[in-house]
Order: sequence, then structure tokens, then C-alpha cells
Amino acid sequence: MPDQIVELQNVTKMYTLGSNKIYALNKVDLSIKKGDFVTIMGPSGSGKSTLLNMIGCLDLPTEGTVKINGIDISTLDDDKLTAIRRNNIGFIFQQFNLIQALTAIENVEMPMIFNNASADVRREKALSMFERANLEAEYADHKPNELSGGQQQRVAIARALANDPPIILADEPTGNLDTKTGKSVMDLLSDLNAKGTTVIVVTHDQKLAEYSNLNIRLSDGEVCHEFD
Amino acid sequence: MNLTKNLRSNMYVQLARRNLTRHSMRTVLAAIGIIIGVIAISSMGILGNSLKLSVSSSLGDVGNELIVYPAYGENTVTEKQLDQLKKVGDVESVIPVMISSGKVEYKSESTYGNVYGIEKDDALLLVEVDEGKMFRAGSSDCVVGASLARHFEVKVGGKITVKDSQFRVVGILEEAGFGFGISPDQGVFMSPQVYEKIYDDKEDGYNNVIMKVKTVDDIEIVKTAIEDRLNKKEEVVQVLATNSILDSIDEIFNSISLFLMGIGSISLLVAGVSILNVMLMSTMERTKEIGIMKAVGASRKDVLKMFMMEALFLGIAASLVGGILSLGGGFVVNILILKESSYFFAPSNFLYIIAGVLFGVVTSLAGGMYPAWKAANMRPLDALRYE
Repeated sequence: MPDQIVELQNVTKMYTLGSNKIYALNKVDLSIKKGDFVTIMGPSGSGKSTLLNMIGCLDLPTEGTVKINGIDISTLDDDKLTAIRRNNIGFIFQQFNLIQALTAIENVEMPMIFNNASADVRREKALSMFERANLEAEYADHKPNELSGGQQQRVAIARALANDPPIILADEPTGNLDTKTGKSVMDLLSDLNAKGTTVIVVTHDQKLAEYSNLNIRLSDGEVCHEFD
Repeated sequence: MNLTKNLRSNMYVQLARRNLTRHSMRTVLAAIGIIIGVIAISSMGILGNSLKLSVSSSLGDVGNELIVYPAYGENTVTEKQLDQLKKVGDVESVIPVMISSGKVEYKSESTYGNVYGIEKDDALLLVEVDEGKMFRAGSSDCVVGASLARHFEVKVGGKITVKDSQFRVVGILEEAGFGFGISPDQGVFMSPQVYEKIYDDKEDGYNNVIMKVKTVDDIEIVKTAIEDRLNKKEEVVQVLATNSILDSIDEIFNSISLFLMGIGSISLLVAGVSILNVMLMSTMERTKEIGIMKAVGASRKDVLKMFMMEALFLGIAASLVGGILSLGGGFVVNILILKESSYFFAPSNFLYIIAGVLFGVVTSLAGGMYPAWKAANMRPLDALRYE
């Protein structure tokens, strides 16, 4: 099934806290198609972030299988997971998570370095990613702390796009932004989605659901609603 | 030009440089440790090497001599054996020497010295006259070694007494330093005829025979030839090659150099630990950054490379500074301990500086290894959550 880009079957993530077993995810089945715009919602502790980390190959299930682009990641080692992340997934974080020692453009180039792209190719590509993220090239050589929150998040989006990943994962991308900037960031994600990228957003914000064609509600580690 | 451009566009290099300058004070302190370690190793190495050089130069060019002693149980090298020695090929000169040690008197003072009975021409092959001249063959004159002359404050023309016989000092020898076969500085040299007259109670023959070979390379061949010729039936002589003595002296001083460098390397070890500490701190501080990098696709190898690069840069910079300062350090140590600076400029000393710099770089890398490994193996999720 090539159009199933993310597929979770019977996924359970369990932590033991003393003698208690805590289920961050409990037997979750989920299927996301190529080109979907998915929002994942739910209260704190409902397993949203665990689910996102699972899709982002940052975390592995205790039970069940997670398939990214048809590859079962449940049994892969650290380096193989890294390679899958590098080529398939672009991360956008609530805290932007830019590397402070690098300039804006270098932050965008970074994932390409890990992909062994040459310096010239990197710079050119990074500048075109700047454009796609609606960032002016004049900010290229600024350090992250010289940029506004909205600009930083755009740099982060440009970075997420650097290796042309089929999936963008965003964890509360508008959480640290004012409404207006938040909207422009969501518009940008919507734009990318329109061009074929699968976008998965974890959020508290009910209003973001209107961008998605698939809204998943989690509660106590279980999927309770799916809206199309 | 291309290299500088490459370095500038290499983000690992840039990142290493920026991260090192981010906490410049800490970096400088860690660097000081390496600098001191490199200086200690290089200076100690230079000191040991200079010691060796100063000893070898005072040994002079004795390397091409063979000394023939009577074997254990024999008292002297006989005339007959001497004739056989003279037949050995590849030998420049054969110098038989009679030696007695005994009391030497001058005015009211006396001391112990070596009295040598040696032909005038042979003596000129072994020693050099500083003041006056060499004794004439068959005369009852003598020449004395430099330290003996200094001890007595005897001048050319003075008269010394050996075994109740008076001898006129016609020459004072140049300072010769330590020697094999004969030790001229504390010696009294006279012709064999006179020597035999005052030591008439001694057995005929020679105490040793010094043989100078044409080239040092032949020394082993000549040694074997002597042994084959004289020791065929039973061992009557012992042959000592001075170059093998020089070799073992070399070996001893190499050990001393190594020992001194070992002491110096303790400070480098401490420096290595401080690098470890500093890198570990920066690994912890940058945990989140490592998590981000791993999330966007940095493999363990990439992270390892990043941190090792920092250790490498720190090591190279600090070691080079240390190497440059070692020039001064080695110079000062030489002046303080050897009271002389001339040996400092020997090219071999620079090898010790290079060694010191290499050790410094290797130590930094070793110190950076564990933190880098730790960083590389952080689980991305834990690292991302780290605040």
C-alpha cells in the first residue's frame, strides 16, 4: 500500500513507574495517507507526544508495529532510525530548537550536511527553502537569538524541509507564537501540504483542526475519535 | 586558498570553533593544562638529550678504539701477544701502555694518580699537550694531566716525585675528560724505559693495549680477528670495543630522557583529565542541542565527529603554543641545570618538541573521546527533553 505513509498497528507504549504500569499508548491503530494533513489533539498526558515521537522514529513501541513509508521501524537500531528520520521526516518544535551557535542559514543547511551534500548545493538549497518558508534572505546570516519567534519558527520550517522529507511533524508549532504569526505558520504548513507533503501536527488548539483533513483525538493513550 | 575556503565552509569546523569560543575562559583554562604538559614533556626531553650530548662530547672520538686487557687470571699483555696484535689487519695504530697507580708528590703535597709508561709517539696519538711539550724519548722528563697540574698548581719546569724519583714536568696536557684505557687528566706520562726503572719490581708486559682501527665500521671485524688470533687455545686477552660502551651510554641516557619525559607526561595526564572534564561539561550543557541534531538526522558518527573535532582543535592549538613555549623552556632548563646553552640548539632537540606536541594532541583526543562517545550515544528523545 504505497499511499499509506504512516501505519501503526496495535501500538502500545508502556512505562513502569515503580510497580505501576503506565500506558502512554494503548493498542493504537492508525493509518495516515500520503498528502494528509493530520491534527492530533487531546489533553496533557493523553499520549499525543508519544504518538508523535513514535511516528518521528524518536521512540519505539513496547508492542505493535510502526511503519514509515512501508518500513517497519520497530526493530531498527539507532543509526538506521536516524537515517529514516533524515530522509523521511522534518521536525518542527514548539521551542523552535534552533542551534544557537549556527546562523539561520546554517541551521537550514544542517540536515543536508548529515546527508553529505556539498557546500554549494547546501547553500543554494537552503536559500530556496528560505523562500518557501517566506523568509527574507537578509536574515540568512543572523543568529537565532537575533530573530523574532515567528522568524525562528520559519527557519525551523525551512530546516524541516531541507532534505525534502515526505512527512512534516510539528509539535505545538504555534504554541510559542502570537495568534497572527501562528496563523501565518499554519498557512505555510497548509501550503506545503497542498504541494504534497504529509503534515502531522500535535496541538491543543481546537482552531487548528480546520486545517486538517484528519483529526485524531487521544485520551488516556487511546484513539477516541477520528474525524475526516 | 582552497583549504581555507573548505575549512570555512565546513560546518563541523565552524561549529567546533564557535563552541570552543562560546566558553572562552573554560577553553583557555583547559588549554593551559595542555600547554604546561607539552612544555614539561618537551623541556624534559630536551634536558635529557642535552645531558646525553654533553656527555658524549666529553667522551670525544673514542669510538674507534679497541682496548685489549689481559684476561682474567693473566697479569699482563706480553711482548709476544703484542707482536700478534700488530699483525691484525685494518688497524691504524697499536699502543701498548703500562699503568701503575700510586702516590705522586709535589713540594709538600701528595695525591694519587695514574702513572703511564708509554712511547712518546704513541702518547701523542692519545693526548694533546696544552702547555710546554711532550717528553723526549728516553728522557727522565714527564708530562702531567690537566687536573693533576691544577691540583698541585705545578707549572712547566716544576719537579714532581713518583716512587722516590724526581721528574721534571715538561708539559701539561689538555683537559681530556673521561676516557677508556687511559684517564689522562689525573695521569703522569713518562717513557717506558724510565717507567720500568722505577717500577722494576713489576712483571714484564703491558697493562693494556689500545688499538685504533681505521674506521668505526671495522671495529667488530677487528675485535673478532684479535680474539681469533690470540684466544684460540685459551682466553688470554679481553677485547673491549669503545663504541659498544658509547652505545650503552647512549642507551642509559635515552632511558634518562624517557624517564624525565615520563615525569613531564604526568602533567599532560592531568591536562587530559581536565579536557575530559571540560568536554563532559559541554556535552551535558549541549544535551538538548545534541538531541535536536539527532532528530534532524545526525548519526552517531556525525555527533562523534563534531565533539572529536573540538578536542582536536583544542589539542592542536594548545600543543602548538606549548611547543613554541618549549623552545624557551628547554633553553632555560639547559642553562639552569647544564649551565650551558650550546647543546640546546642540537637538531635532535627539536624532535622532542615535535614529540611533545604530538603527545599533547593525542592527550586532547583521548580526553575528548569519552564525552564524544557519550554525546553520540545519547538517546535523541531523552536529549530533546533535557532542559
